[in-house]
Amino acid sequence: MAGLELLSDQGYRVDGRRAGELRKIQARMGVFTQADGSAYIEQGNTKALAVVYGPHEIRGSRARALPDRALVNCQYSSATFSTGERKKRPHGDRKSCEMGLQLRQTFDAAILTQLHPRSQIDIYVQVLQADGGTYAACVNAATLAVMDAGIPMRDFVCACSAGFVDGTALADLSHVEEAAGGPQLALALLPASGQIALLEMDARLHEDHLEQVLETAAQAARDVHTLLDRVVRQHVHEASILLGD
Amino acid sequence: MAMEMRLPVARKPVNETLGNETKKHLVVPGDTITTDTGFMRGHGTYMGEEKLIASVAGSVERVNKLICVKALKTRYNGEVGDIVVGRITEVQQKRWKVETNSRLDSVLLLSSMNLPGGELRRRSAEDELAMRGFLQEGDLISGVLVQVSPSLVKRQKTHFHDLPCGASVILGNNGFIWIYPTPEHKDEEAGGFIANMEPVSLADREVISRLRNCIVLMVNQKMMLYDTSILYCYEVSLPHQIKDILKPKIMEEIVMETRQRLLEQEG
Repeated sequence: MAGLELLSDQGYRVDGRRAGELRKIQARMGVFTQADGSAYIEQGNTKALAVVYGPHEIRGSRARALPDRALVNCQYSSATFSTGERKKRPHGDRKSCEMGLQLRQTFDAAILTQLHPRSQIDIYVQVLQADGGTYAACVNAATLAVMDAGIPMRDFVCACSAGFVDGTALADLSHVEEAAGGPQLALALLPASGQIALLEMDARLHEDHLEQVLETAAQAARDVHTLLDRVVRQHVHEASILLGD
Repeated sequence: MAMEMRLPVARKPVNETLGNETKKHLVVPGDTITTDTGFMRGHGTYMGEEKLIASVAGSVERVNKLICVKALKTRYNGEVGDIVVGRITEVQQKRWKVETNSRLDSVLLLSSMNLPGGELRRRSAEDELAMRGFLQEGDLISGVLVQVSPSLVKRQKTHFHDLPCGASVILGNNGFIWIYPTPEHKDEEAGGFIANMEPVSLADREVISRLRNCIVLMVNQKMMLYDTSILYCYEVSLPHQIKDILKPKIMEEIVMETRQRLLEQEG
């Protein structure tokens, strides 16, 4: 659509949000009883499901076992109905592998792997509807699922995407804003310490603007943390009531 | 073939009155538990910059100077004296690898197995070769295995229960529950090595299916599993058909009544 204004003169985006405003987030933990941990998250129209198994014995080749740490194995998959056009996505394709690798690096930094040597932790993420910010939704869903499984973590891992349009940094991009072609950055943060688990951008951005965009993304990630924190506390509270002891 | 469909309904929030009065200190990963360095750190915590920080989501437990966080749901952590039910995954030299819902597979040594005839002797090379004769991958024994979270199995004096309804149940501490038909004669012949090859009768099978559905129901509603709770749930579910037990409305009814009965019995 020619002339689509990503940021109006009054400061409103295409969907009516302000520059630093997040989309509505709803999340639930413990959606599958057969998995060790599971979670479902909706960020606006982006919907992601994460399932965690482990820690368990290394399946397949024993040689892959690390003597002092747990092996974190992440797999990303995108449903055929997740985008506007139905598209068959074979399992080993480049995008899935790259996302899986990024998720693995993110969670290797956050999970306390030294506590479970010689074992394996599997994280499977599936995107059911992709409307921008899929990496962020996957990381957030996976964080909740790992917590649901009782695997020790340093802290929450909260992620958000950010872009840059007309001198203003935008937080939590939707598909329309991503497709417009501007620079986009994905940030995964450990909120309590402010440490960055993963920072990814493959576009061209002038270095003078980098700090502004990074700060917007970090603030958005902290806002996501506030929400996820509430979800986890509510879940723990309900479960402790039901278990009763 | 008859089909049943239900529309999605909003989940009912948990009834707050079910909880007891003692307020528990609930934490999530990244929360500071205390800045007092005098405490020893237990499971579920780690030390970061002079503070004790939680690493799992759960309730804080303090025993004198030891602080630990008990996660809601974890893999099974074995303790001495626990009864576990496992599934054989591998046959190796002189031992079997058993899957017990824990962080690594467990090991069952040939020397710990009771031999047929109850004889006590050193295991010879022939015994090693005969290992596959005793237990092999994929062996099927009569009964049903239900896998639940280890945190839902209550610690009790004994875990082998013969329920009056006609089946027996072994509540493994690791969350594996084995339901099987009660063996007819309970004599201690053969030193504990039993080989029973008769097919199971329909009545017994119905009892086992009903028990299995009751256990799945209790897991769904996060109720603790022990012999009394399973028995009450079974009795409360008798008026309903076995396949109806897992429907949401009927599940809620059964759970409410079971909880009430348990409260009456304790109170």
